[in-house]
Amino acid sequence: MSGGPSLMDSIFQRSLEDLIKSFRLHLPGGEPTVISKALDEIRREIRSTDLTTKAAALQKLTYLHSLHHADMSWAAFHAVELSSSAFLPHKRAAYLAASLSFRPSTDVLLLLTNQLRKDLTSTNHIEVSLALECLSVICTPDLARDLTPDLFKMLGSSKNLVRKKAIATTLRVFSQYSDAVRVCFKKLVENLESGDVQTVSATVGVFCELALREPRAYLPLAPEFYRILVDSRNNWVLIKVLKVFAKLAALEPRLAKKVVEPICEHMRRSGAKSLVFECVRTILSSLSEYESAVKLAVAKVREFLVDDDQNLRYLGLQALSIVGLKHLWAVLENKEVVIRSLSDADPNIKLEALQLVMAMVSEDNVTEICRVLITYALKADPEFCNEILGFILSACSRNVYEIIIDFDRYVSLLGEISRIPHCQKGEEIENQLTDIGMRVEDVRPELVHVGRNLLIDPALLGNPFIHRILCGAAWVSGEYVQFSTNPIELMEALLQPRTNLLPPSIRAVYIQSAFKVLTFCLNVAFLPNEAAYSSSSCPINEYSASPSFAGHESFADCEQDKFLNLRVLSQSVKAPSVKYGGDTAVNHVKTSASLPLRNDILTQKSVDKMFTLVKTALAPLVGSHEVEIHERVCNILGLLELTQNEITGCFSREKRNFESEELKAYEIIKMMRDVFSEEIGPVAVSARDRVPIPEGLVLEENLHKLETICSDVQFPISSSFFLGRPHSGERDGVSFFNRPIIEVSESSNESTLLTEHRKRHGLYYLPSDKKEVVSCEYPPANDIKMQDDITDDAEDLVKLTEQSLVRKKKPSQAKPRPVVLKLDEGDEISVAAEKPESKDDMVSGAVQELLYGSDAIPPSTQINSSDKLSSKRSGKVSEVNENVGNVWKSERGTPSSRKSKHHSHGKEREHRSSEKNVEVREENGQSNKQKSGHRHGRHKARQRADGVTNVVSQTPVIPDFLL
Amino acid sequence: MNEDLKINITSSILISSSVYEVIIARGEAAGAHSKHLWSRAEKVSNFIRADSILGPDARLVYKTYATLYFVFIFDTNENELAILDLMQVFVEALDKCFSNVCELDIVFNFNKVHTILDEIILGGQVIETSSSEVVKAVEESYRCSSSNSSFTPVVRERLQRNYARNQIHSWLA
Repeated sequence: MSGGPSLMDSIFQRSLEDLIKSFRLHLPGGEPTVISKALDEIRREIRSTDLTTKAAALQKLTYLHSLHHADMSWAAFHAVELSSSAFLPHKRAAYLAASLSFRPSTDVLLLLTNQLRKDLTSTNHIEVSLALECLSVICTPDLARDLTPDLFKMLGSSKNLVRKKAIATTLRVFSQYSDAVRVCFKKLVENLESGDVQTVSATVGVFCELALREPRAYLPLAPEFYRILVDSRNNWVLIKVLKVFAKLAALEPRLAKKVVEPICEHMRRSGAKSLVFECVRTILSSLSEYESAVKLAVAKVREFLVDDDQNLRYLGLQALSIVGLKHLWAVLENKEVVIRSLSDADPNIKLEALQLVMAMVSEDNVTEICRVLITYALKADPEFCNEILGFILSACSRNVYEIIIDFDRYVSLLGEISRIPHCQKGEEIENQLTDIGMRVEDVRPELVHVGRNLLIDPALLGNPFIHRILCGAAWVSGEYVQFSTNPIELMEALLQPRTNLLPPSIRAVYIQSAFKVLTFCLNVAFLPNEAAYSSSSCPINEYSASPSFAGHESFADCEQDKFLNLRVLSQSVKAPSVKYGGDTAVNHVKTSASLPLRNDILTQKSVDKMFTLVKTALAPLVGSHEVEIHERVCNILGLLELTQNEITGCFSREKRNFESEELKAYEIIKMMRDVFSEEIGPVAVSARDRVPIPEGLVLEENLHKLETICSDVQFPISSSFFLGRPHSGERDGVSFFNRPIIEVSESSNESTLLTEHRKRHGLYYLPSDKKEVVSCEYPPANDIKMQDDITDDAEDLVKLTEQSLVRKKKPSQAKPRPVVLKLDEGDEISVAAEKPESKDDMVSGAVQELLYGSDAIPPSTQINSSDKLSSKRSGKVSEVNENVGNVWKSERGTPSSRKSKHHSHGKEREHRSSEKNVEVREENGQSNKQKSGHRHGRHKARQRADGVTNVVSQTPVIPDFLL
Repeated sequence: MNEDLKINITSSILISSSVYEVIIARGEAAGAHSKHLWSRAEKVSNFIRADSILGPDARLVYKTYATLYFVFIFDTNENELAILDLMQVFVEALDKCFSNVCELDIVFNFNKVHTILDEIILGGQVIETSSSEVVKAVEESYRCSSSNSSFTPVVRERLQRNYARNQIHSWLA
């Protein structure tokens, strides 16, 4: 039965009701078959010549389209066909189908034009309504252009029902076809004075929408709006007028002054919450400089805040956050209510309250507020808990920890946050831990302490959300291990078996930290004298000698140091502050005294134990397929192997003078210490881009060469360890390794090889080595830079005039605020502060032209090209608006002329509309596509006659009569 | 469905086909935000920021009347509390048109619901805020339309009966 529809089909057609019933009866999951069966049926029925059959089919299809997303674009023509039916239900079904399914791209859309016009001019107002309802949805520029004359007539219709619908439709027509403004605008303005409330409401609604886009254009209408504001008693109208004034008042202070009193009056008198709220919002957002009005508004807000209705409470909080930007006192006044709202059952209210609380944060109350918030976070559901934590973290870190005075407390707060069960802010906390470590020197002991507490808790390793925090903790503990009270314990924590729960990238950080801890311990065990010596040789070192353990250990990341300091370290081991590359970058030696280690911690036994621990924990990982882990394990085991033999002896010796002994292990450890001796500072976000790509390095290089590197790594352990220390070989030509290694003999050659190797390696490692300062991996970054760029580098920062770069806060409290390193730029993420293009659009351009009078532009420049339709904003108007400014002044000169024009208009109306009728008829005779230029010309001519042509000044002057 | 919403979100209040979905297809997975809505607790505020789903400034207000769920979407050009009132107007109008509206009325009369809504909101603009005016307009519109058709239901029923009778006759013969 694929042929045409038969009489049978018509008779036995299922109605829409039958279809819906079948949907309700079908078995679960059977929906697709019901749909496809129905669609088959509809395809057949819709071709029927019987309009009732067709209408029923179209209705069924519309239903399927609305609820089951069935495609109905193929039936567009049937909808057009049915719309011509004289029978209203058919017409209604057709227009409904059209408004739900037609898109600007629908090709039969233009076929609907004539039918729409016919219905718009119909004497039956129901038909007119149907056409308007459809037009307001499917309007395209072509439709708008062709139907504007009809719409114009309806704006003056005697039937209120038709008129208000026509008014609402104009908004859509304007946005599609800006020239319609020239035709319809005056009629629209006249409707503001209509006696029918709904007509006024619709008109004000249209102006409210229009004013949102370009408020300035509607300033001349302010007197009309003002009259409505004072006279109208309809809440809907008043709300819309208030919205218009909220836009206009910001542009014209005199207007603001004028409207503030009526608005307050409404606020006092009205019983409608919606109107009161709108008044409050208007005052708080646009008229906030009128103290008494704001006071009144805040009092109303307080009423909202204590209301039983949660919607009012929510809106009250929103109003508070508007006012909080300018009048913080309003928020502080309602502090208790806001804090109480944090435990409200309503998520909206909680969130709004949280935002307000964070707005109140200052350096005086940050601790207190964080304390309060954390107790709330502990009680809250996971989602809100994380909202709170996110707010705390972002508020405290704002502008480089601007509001934090007591960093020790903040760091322990971070530790506390990490232990909140629902905490999912791992990444943010990790970043802050490392960031604070690098920026704030004084807080490092506390930081290590907090890190240790996190690391030694095996339970935390089971929670994947905390892994990132642990990563940060591991890094600070390794980096600042000299502040650790018990490195052995730290080592145990870093190597505990449960670390296998960590993802490889984080585990690599753990192992790297273990490497740093090991180096530190060995250094302390081997070289107390050396350490003491080097620290005393350092002029800025305030290290107070502790008898057995040199607290002065400067650790930096090997990745960065190895290559930066190739030359440096070969020149001097003893001077902790070194220069390289002839530039100004100098190692910064940590000045803070480390916590004195208890002598008994690092005994021979404990060091032996540590060695065993490292071996047992890491030996199985040598075969790891994760290159991050593999590399680091090899490093640490290599160090172990090299030093193990001598370590046993060192504790038995009374005198620990190793220099004379020339132990190889001693050299290695000294070297390692120096490798870690450079401090890592914060790096500007943009710093990485400034690193010049070294010559010969091809970043887009195919990584197949990595194969050779990987085979390198699987060499005997010592070789991979050795890779890091070419300079030692260079320095005195002595091989420190038990085994003869080929690279050593050709030291210079080897060092270049290594550099190459590390570069590639480093590149390969970038993502996981996020801790390690990327920019420092390339040797002479500073050489090439311009002098004024230098400050971007972290190391430079440290050395260069600290006063100028470090913002010192006057200590207002007992505890002075520690120095926080800041970068000149890069700390503030440079938001591309590109303002969106001016909000002018074609419509407001045309409106301005009408209201202010502008004749410089031929109408043709404003013809909307059909491809720009969808976007409301268009750059083309700018030329229109440029000219508008000129007219401001000229307007001012003839205030009465405009006013009179306005009022005389009403009298003219009848005459005008008949005139238009003629015009329309003319136009219908012409081809629809053709633009009737003469109409605009005439319009123009009338404006010119009003005498607003003298274009004088560029400065916009508000017409006085407004105010 | 979100796409549809985006296409239409040019006006301040958006009532597209999709909103009906939310009204009618209660409990079904009609879309991301309807799911979100049904999961909300009782006695909480009725507003939801919908920026993520519907674009900047979009707000969503929902309200439950017995078994009927309504969702309106609007932007900063509307007053939140006024929209809540408007929902009340809409529900009153439905109630009067269907005399004690229930979900079945909406399910089986989706085109009439459209007509009612068109009387309240047109092109994104609120054009009528009195439910009795709305009902008057809708009733007038439907009164005019109950006449001449080639196959009115009565005619069709008669034809169906005749056809069945003929079938039986021919089968007997």
